[in-house]
Amino acid sequence: MRVHCAVYARGLRRYSTYRAAAVAGILTNSVFGVINAMVLLALFAARPEINGYDAADAVTQVYVAQALIAPLAIMGPALELSERIRTGAVGTDLLRPVSLLGWWLAQDLGRATFDLLFRSVPTFAVGALLFTLALPGDALRWALTLLSFALATVVGFALRYLYSVVGFWLMDTRGVWAVMGPVGPVAAGMLLPLTLFPAPAAEVLRLLPWASMVQIPAEVLLGKDTLPGGSVYGGLLLQAGWAAVLLALAARLTTLAMRRVVVQGG
Amino acid sequence: MADLLPANAPEAPRPPRPPRPGPRDGFLREVRRALRAYVLLAWTWCRAVAQYPMALSLLTFGVALSSLAEMGAVAVVFGHAGTLAGFSVYEGLLVYALAATAFGTADFLMGSVERLGEHIRSGSFDTMLVRPVPPLVQLATDQFSPRRLGKAVPALIVLVFVLVVCDVDWTAGRVLMLPVLVVSGVVICCSVWLLGGCLQFFVLDARQAANSLTYGGQALTEYPVAIYGRSLVRAVTFVVPLAFVSWQPALYLLDRPDPTGLPGVLRFLGPLVAVVLALAAALVWRLGLRHYRSTGS
Amino acid sequence: MPTHESTADGTATRERTAGETAADGEGGPIIEAVGLGRDFVRSEGRFLRRTRRTVSAVRDVTFTVRPGEIVGYLGPNGAGKSSTMKMLTGILTPTSGSVRVAGMEPSRQRTRLAREIGVVFGQRTTLWWDLPLRDSLTLTRHLYRVPAAVHAERLAELTELLELGPFLGTPVRQLSLGQRMRGDLTAALLHAPRLLVLDEPTIGLDVVSKSTIREFLLRVNRERGTTILITTHDLGDVERLCDRVMVIDHGRLAFDGGLTELRATVPTPRVLVVDLVAPAPAIEVAGATAVRVDGPRQWLELADNPARVIAAVTRQHEVADLTLREPDIEGVVSALYRGGRAP
Repeated sequence: MRVHCAVYARGLRRYSTYRAAAVAGILTNSVFGVINAMVLLALFAARPEINGYDAADAVTQVYVAQALIAPLAIMGPALELSERIRTGAVGTDLLRPVSLLGWWLAQDLGRATFDLLFRSVPTFAVGALLFTLALPGDALRWALTLLSFALATVVGFALRYLYSVVGFWLMDTRGVWAVMGPVGPVAAGMLLPLTLFPAPAAEVLRLLPWASMVQIPAEVLLGKDTLPGGSVYGGLLLQAGWAAVLLALAARLTTLAMRRVVVQGG
Repeated sequence: MADLLPANAPEAPRPPRPPRPGPRDGFLREVRRALRAYVLLAWTWCRAVAQYPMALSLLTFGVALSSLAEMGAVAVVFGHAGTLAGFSVYEGLLVYALAATAFGTADFLMGSVERLGEHIRSGSFDTMLVRPVPPLVQLATDQFSPRRLGKAVPALIVLVFVLVVCDVDWTAGRVLMLPVLVVSGVVICCSVWLLGGCLQFFVLDARQAANSLTYGGQALTEYPVAIYGRSLVRAVTFVVPLAFVSWQPALYLLDRPDPTGLPGVLRFLGPLVAVVLALAAALVWRLGLRHYRSTGS
Repeated sequence: MPTHESTADGTATRERTAGETAADGEGGPIIEAVGLGRDFVRSEGRFLRRTRRTVSAVRDVTFTVRPGEIVGYLGPNGAGKSSTMKMLTGILTPTSGSVRVAGMEPSRQRTRLAREIGVVFGQRTTLWWDLPLRDSLTLTRHLYRVPAAVHAERLAELTELLELGPFLGTPVRQLSLGQRMRGDLTAALLHAPRLLVLDEPTIGLDVVSKSTIREFLLRVNRERGTTILITTHDLGDVERLCDRVMVIDHGRLAFDGGLTELRATVPTPRVLVVDLVAPAPAIEVAGATAVRVDGPRQWLELADNPARVIAAVTRQHEVADLTLREPDIEGVVSALYRGGRAP
């Protein structure tokens, strides 16, 4: 555990040197937030309520999505692990006394923490300044939202780890990203809130892991009863479930990959 | 041998530009050479990326997938609203298709200029400067890949489809103006892309900021800009003239009055705006290049 | 040097037709730099307390290179080497002074100059990574607009000289560093440039590749009369290739002359590294001084014939190993500065 803490701290420190990039990122996220928000405001001006969402709900979700882009790295970049598998440098990672998965999880959470503090918070603040957001009044829901964001980050990491670890079999994971890259933002509810999708599609998408990255956290923040079990806790449970399942799958694939590497001698 | 003689008899001190053999290179000849080099370099890059057919097809598929998703989003939004800014679903898709065709084609032709900062940092921009081919041609063709057609081609298909479905009064003028407006849109987008790239001459890390201009501009023009309100329409008409990419052409094709009250003559100004913006971009590129060559970083 | 007449008559055998001016006749300098200088403005500090400071990367550098010379351009990193190179190739505009290369003003006639010079940056390849070497070379032909027949002839010649044959059809990414450098050199020479500018051409290469490239450059220089300007940190390159060296430091040209002269300017003794069986106090023998002691290892600066010193050392001590270190060019250059400017 102490190793993991050290790796986490290192990830956090390493990314805190990219302050200029963080400012540029906030600008980009804010600009896209404004554009998406204005489109949705025009839509809700024509129809004040769609499937339980009103204008403020929709704009809030837009800024949840923009705020979470960086910590979730949903549109990339891939974990550095991909590159290390491709070049074979992963061999040295395997010599460490901690598991590959644990190591990268700690490191990526370090990065995500930095992004959460210095990308998500300012981006969301910009949204709150420019638009009327639907924000909860009680501290408990804020705390649960934070927990939901954290679970979303773990789900985001687990997916990216899976995309990378298939590199042990495929060598070139650019293709995986090429296809999963566009799927992520759509299925997560980042492009548009899933609420606006046709009902059957929305119901399926809600249950998939991507929804746990944006749609569910947004609904937790908004306190919607469309969450599984009709409550915030159901949403959190779904997210935790996906985090556990994906991490278990990641661990299993890592073990298989290890065996393969050992058998083939790298 | 013979071609040395006429040029090489300088009695008086000559200006620094030395004489050339044979007829002087005209501007048109330079342009033709640059285009030839463009095609040659682009084709070479295409063959290079074709060495990985699997990655190339998956990347192309991915690009097409994301443009389909954007199209789907437009359809969903219009589907719920019925009409926005007086535009129905198909008319909304017309705006989307015009924007995506222009931006997709510009990305295909010029998208690589966004990596200028990277080239400057790694020093590969210097290697472009010591070759007898305009650096802009080398930069624009760098890593040229047919995968970028994944955006332009579906957009073009949708454009044709919605033009058939929508109620367009096909006068001779409209038939003739359609390609002119599409090409103007492409030129405007190329210019915006180049302007965004040139920013990196002055601020090396400006790529992301430039992205909010280029990709942000694209996202903005995918919907009828009137939905963003009057002041924004004026900004994208007179400041960053993105309205001429999709909004004004759509108004012209559908024969609508401008709901924000701007004069109707604007819809014919696309080609002019394109030329002016292209000249501005070329000027900024020259300034940037000069700046680079006096700072070397 | 006005040579109008001889230019018109004397160029019959040359293929080159463009870029000639009156000053650029046979025997005129191929590079002429006069008082060349380049300042940069650096911003320091952040936000309000930002200050601007002018730094001179190159100051008042004057030199000429005649056709057919091989000149080494040396100096520590950050001394102004690459700024000079960039000004010679037209990448960078000088702040002061003037420079003419092949009769042209590089910053104003960059594109035309590009046809007359070949540039190789040792650490960056201009070859297409995923395509066979031959494809990159063919592309070069089109970019430089070399007629097909001329190209074929030159390529055949270069292929033979550099033994490219076996890997012309191999994708560049699969080539060894040495093979890739040979490919890059070929690409830079296919348009028959008059001046070849090389930036660290042997960096990272093994001994055999280095020697192949050096011998090749000598032949190109001898047989085609191609002028070569080379920056390097490798003493071997300098010793094997250069008739002349220029040393730049802190932006100023500190030395311009033959290699032997350079050595004579700053005597840097050879160093004998002695590994004793056991640690011992500093060795004292005639003709050498111990300059450093680290456990059993000692460094002796030689003032005398190494054989005699080695004999003396082995007589006095039980020696496990001996190495004789030639002074490297970095050492010579840094000594040049430590000891203050000679003459």
